[in-house]
Amino acid sequence: MGEVIVVTSGKGGVGKTTTTANLGTGLAQLGYKVSLVDADIGLRNLDVVLGLENRIVYDITDVTGGHCRMRQALIKDKRYDGLFLLPAAQTKDKSAVNPDQMKVLCEDLRQEFDFVIIDCPAGIEQGFRNAIAGADRAIVVTTPEVSAVRDADRIVGLLEAAELRDPKLIVNRVRYKMVKAGDMMSIDDIIDILAIDLLGVVPEDEMVVITTNRGEPVVSDDRCRSGAAYRNIVRRITGEQVPLLSLDEGGFMGKIRRMIGFK
Amino acid sequence: MNAVLEFITRIFNKDGVASKNVAKERLRLVLVHDRANVSPQLLQDLKADLIKVISSYLEIDEEALEVNFENSENQVALIANIPVKNVRRPVS
Repeated sequence: MGEVIVVTSGKGGVGKTTTTANLGTGLAQLGYKVSLVDADIGLRNLDVVLGLENRIVYDITDVTGGHCRMRQALIKDKRYDGLFLLPAAQTKDKSAVNPDQMKVLCEDLRQEFDFVIIDCPAGIEQGFRNAIAGADRAIVVTTPEVSAVRDADRIVGLLEAAELRDPKLIVNRVRYKMVKAGDMMSIDDIIDILAIDLLGVVPEDEMVVITTNRGEPVVSDDRCRSGAAYRNIVRRITGEQVPLLSLDEGGFMGKIRRMIGFK
Repeated sequence: MNAVLEFITRIFNKDGVASKNVAKERLRLVLVHDRANVSPQLLQDLKADLIKVISSYLEIDEEALEVNFENSENQVALIANIPVKNVRRPVS
């Protein structure tokens, strides 16, 4: 019996889809069987982030509507053994699926997969309610900005109201230099405000843009810091204790060390 | 050139408050309202009801009445400041 995890944030553009893609890929690289579910119906994106956009035949609404079997709709990622995607529908809206159907879908998926990771749409309306309906636990993604943290706080409240207790936080796109200069809220500041457990911190990194351009999640890139951050988060999800990545870039020498392959 | 300018404005930044502290303080305040699920309308209604109830016992300065939520140490408190003008005499 696998575990169903929903990745949510309230605010759009903080990195839910990127996080979902990287956690899924990372877990698959560790040998787990993973199904990623794009619950953002009408604004399908997880497929392009994963580089699987050309292989979609059926989507989530075909499964919930009984037009095809689950097996037919799941796209197997050929690069990573054990990684599958259930894409969202692009031409329908959020009301094409309801929370009860999502619960059934998640129950079906957890029979076959170790992890089912759901990419939640932005907002707090039906798309959000669908995405969290079948989840066992939630990951809240935020960035160190007032708007994102405020929305994260709202989401934490709504998750608790839906009996999804103890959500875990990922702080994305942290710029260490700005934190150091006192121009960006630190991880401690954010934890202080949201009062939930930290699952991980991902530094701002151009490599995320570059790898996403190619449709390859950054977690499989061994050289960059964001990839390392995602790999640590993945290990924490599997229950391993992994210390937080130092956000300090280590100055000039640190850069050189990283260039020649020392972490 | 830009970097130099930035550096100079930073040095002469007279406010002296790191912008992250501003962000944190603003968030704190806005979340007090968010979490209490209080709209300005609700606060107005609450105020009106308070005036109604208290007025039957005390004569209060309705204009100066303040009702607000305050946040301290992870706790939200409803703080009402109600200036009393006069105590009404018992009717009987």
